[in-house]
Amino acid sequence: MVELNHLQQLEAESIHIMREAVAESERPVMLYSVGKDSAVMASLARKAFHPSPPPFPLLHVDTMWKFREMYEFRDSAVAQLEMDLLVHQNPECVAEGINPFEHGSAVHTDRWKTDGLKQALDRWRFDVAFGGARRDEEKSRAKERIFSLRSAQHRWDPKQQRPELWHTYNLRRAPGESVRVFPLSNWTELDVWMYIHREQIPVVPLYFAAMRPVVSRSGALIMVDDDRMPLGIGEVPTPRMVRFRTLGCYPLTGAIESTAATVTDIIQEILSSATSERQGRAIDFDSSASMEMKKQDGYF
Amino acid sequence: MNNESNLPPETSRVSPIVAHERKGLLRFITCGSVDDGKSTLIGRLLYESHVIFDDHLAALAVDSARFGTRGDNLDFALVVDGLAAEREQGITIDVAYRYFSTDRRKFIVADTPGHEQYTRNMVTGATTADLAVILVDARHGVVTQTRRHSHVASLIGIKQVVLAVNKIDLVGYSRDRFDAITADYRDFAADLGFDDVVSIPISAVFGDNVTTSSENTPWYVGPVLVAHLESVVVDTGAHRQPFRFPVQLVNRPHGGFRGFSGTVASGEIRPGDDICALPSGLTSRVARISSADGDLDEAVVGQSVTLVLTHEIDVSRGTLLCSVEHPVDVADQFEADVIWMYEEPMHPGRRYLLKLGPITAGLTISPPKYVLDVNTHEHLAAKTLVLNEIGVCIVMVDRPLPFESYASNRDLGGFIVIDRMTNATVAAGLLRFALRRSTNAHWQELDVTPESRSAMKGHRPGVVWLTGLSGAGKSTIANHLEARLHDLGVHTFLLDGDNIRHGLNRDLGFTETDRVENVRRVGEVAGLMVDAGLIVLVSLISPYREERQGVRDLVGEARFCEVFVDTPIEIAERRDPKGLYAKARRGDLPNFTGIDSPYESPVEPEVRIDTTRVEPGAAAELIVAKLRNMNLVGDSAARF
Repeated sequence: MVELNHLQQLEAESIHIMREAVAESERPVMLYSVGKDSAVMASLARKAFHPSPPPFPLLHVDTMWKFREMYEFRDSAVAQLEMDLLVHQNPECVAEGINPFEHGSAVHTDRWKTDGLKQALDRWRFDVAFGGARRDEEKSRAKERIFSLRSAQHRWDPKQQRPELWHTYNLRRAPGESVRVFPLSNWTELDVWMYIHREQIPVVPLYFAAMRPVVSRSGALIMVDDDRMPLGIGEVPTPRMVRFRTLGCYPLTGAIESTAATVTDIIQEILSSATSERQGRAIDFDSSASMEMKKQDGYF
Repeated sequence: MNNESNLPPETSRVSPIVAHERKGLLRFITCGSVDDGKSTLIGRLLYESHVIFDDHLAALAVDSARFGTRGDNLDFALVVDGLAAEREQGITIDVAYRYFSTDRRKFIVADTPGHEQYTRNMVTGATTADLAVILVDARHGVVTQTRRHSHVASLIGIKQVVLAVNKIDLVGYSRDRFDAITADYRDFAADLGFDDVVSIPISAVFGDNVTTSSENTPWYVGPVLVAHLESVVVDTGAHRQPFRFPVQLVNRPHGGFRGFSGTVASGEIRPGDDICALPSGLTSRVARISSADGDLDEAVVGQSVTLVLTHEIDVSRGTLLCSVEHPVDVADQFEADVIWMYEEPMHPGRRYLLKLGPITAGLTISPPKYVLDVNTHEHLAAKTLVLNEIGVCIVMVDRPLPFESYASNRDLGGFIVIDRMTNATVAAGLLRFALRRSTNAHWQELDVTPESRSAMKGHRPGVVWLTGLSGAGKSTIANHLEARLHDLGVHTFLLDGDNIRHGLNRDLGFTETDRVENVRRVGEVAGLMVDAGLIVLVSLISPYREERQGVRDLVGEARFCEVFVDTPIEIAERRDPKGLYAKARRGDLPNFTGIDSPYESPVEPEVRIDTTRVEPGAAAELIVAKLRNMNLVGDSAARF
């Protein structure tokens, strides 16, 4: 008896989910954040529809505050994937110069990411959007469905979620409503890295340890990625051996001290690790129910 | 599919990464009643497998002080009670999924709470689970909840059960107590069809026998919980069954390639194997199994692949490809277990949607033959199903369905029910067996068709459906309309709600369920008369949008003219030609539309008549104009 191992089962499930979503949508799109989860998700999309190219574009909701290496990586990775990339920057944020230093992390994230995403979905009239979120990332995600219905205002109502039975999904929606689809729901951080290892998927080099100029702010190591970052009196960027477990806007993303310079090093590190992946994320620290509130507002 | 097949055979010194790459996956569900310590057990499992990290523990210490029920100790239950709303209420209100892994397996845990919503949540979690961990409190033993959880697990087809006898510390680690509970449970579960029941004495709070053997229970020689979960063999038998492959998508990037994408539901497939496509019954042969990692030599249960056939046959989303030697049955009427999951009760006779894998079809459900009491397993009589009830019903779909019984394959026998108006998932269903095989129940082919009958007349057949409150003026307008159509040489028939209630529907009352059935029967009769070539006028309150839509679907959009006889209730009540409003106001007439029973106005009727401004004769003219516009009635009367 041939039994699929856990990675093969996760891969098959994700492919099944993507095909269901495509079969029952008019205008699907895949959200692409440039991170490792997006890389895995896009790689799975290639497999799901092979030999056709994935029948949807990638969408990057940009904030203009991502790491420079992310932008470089994005453009080369997308060329390799042979998929179209749409980039949306919230024009109001561009005009008002919204940034995490003057406006704070909550406003920055809410305006650029949540509002930006909603604008982009409306702009291109997408009815199904794939996201790379995983249930193991954060408590309120544990109850998120694989297919998550959003109102015409993009809101998530935790009490109106449909039960998901077997592998049969209900994508029916009223005009204006949309569905967020999370093909990696059942993956963990370890699974993602194991898969990157197995499939040799390229990821942004920021995940690997290197000497990088950082400053320490409220216990987080923040990399000084460009000269837009205001430094306090006496605050001097110091080179340290660090890497990132998650990637986002550089002023809001804490590095961890690490010497893991390869994918196998990272897997070893996770197997013996004692801090969780979202620890470096300023966004979750606002309050312990903050992710739930963001999701209700339309964050993905 | 990858480089794993090139790995050397198992050796004593495999690198940790290789070991982790090879590990299997087990999905299980945990069930227990409110204070059995289920959340604590899951929190403990996550903690012991280092999924609760230092920063989570720091947050947990803060949360424990704020919401906890364990004094100064960490309250593991808070790890798993995720949403702010439920933490404040101190209950968990939905299914949550948790993840942990050991060197040998990755685990996906469906954590389902034990409150009013229980059956719905537990069914949901169980549909993807291979094993159930059923918790009992050692002080209380097997209780009503334990029996309910076990019945539901059995119904959903779980074969492996762990009876976790928790809080063993609170009964002094008593072997006698443990043995008594185990014997009690085995006795009860004997006829539930479980392959295996393993009973383990544990303390979730202190960790006894969770990951390591406890010194407090030297008398217990069985496996500890995690060791059992790591090693238990789960065999659904799907790999031994004949090949089944529901097609999700037709993959057609360019002229030369046409592949059928899906996930293998049972059996295995190799290039050269003959297959049969159902429901068409056409056969072909597998030419290639295409994948992004190159063509495959075989595909097995659970693999998502794309099949290319040797010659073109008609295959689309929802087609089931299966072994030629052992094809599945195709049918359109079944007996099924139906688990109702929605606040609004089931309406027998209403048109719902069935979704079975990639297939979507129209569905009607009969009143239950019986409702199952999940606590006692007794069969109770009932007219409908309400939230969290499980009943055995006859289900009818509007097209032939390739299927297997749920007992032999979950993917081919498990379906969901969708409400067509709200799009909500309202029920789960498990096909038991077909009542009527499509192979011997073809519709009687008729030589004289509706088209040939209507060709004899000067018009096309159709339905004019007048809906509105009691006393709105439906019958008056219908009478004017019939006279006018008669003058035009149109063959009509008038079905009046009041008259039908004296005959065909005299067994029906005015409850929501009976009203649904009332409309359904009138719709079916109207449909037959359309087949006879008539223009049928129906005058019926028909208060629910969904049932009117059902008739529209039945007779066809192009033949259905919905007329909303729009009269404000104050005016209808003032007219009150039959004195019914007065009775209803006195409370002598319960379930009266507009008073204590709702009326759902049409959203986009073909014709809307405002009776405060339009006389019945003029209303009839408006409807005739619409019928002309719809091409049902010709411009010059009989010569059409």
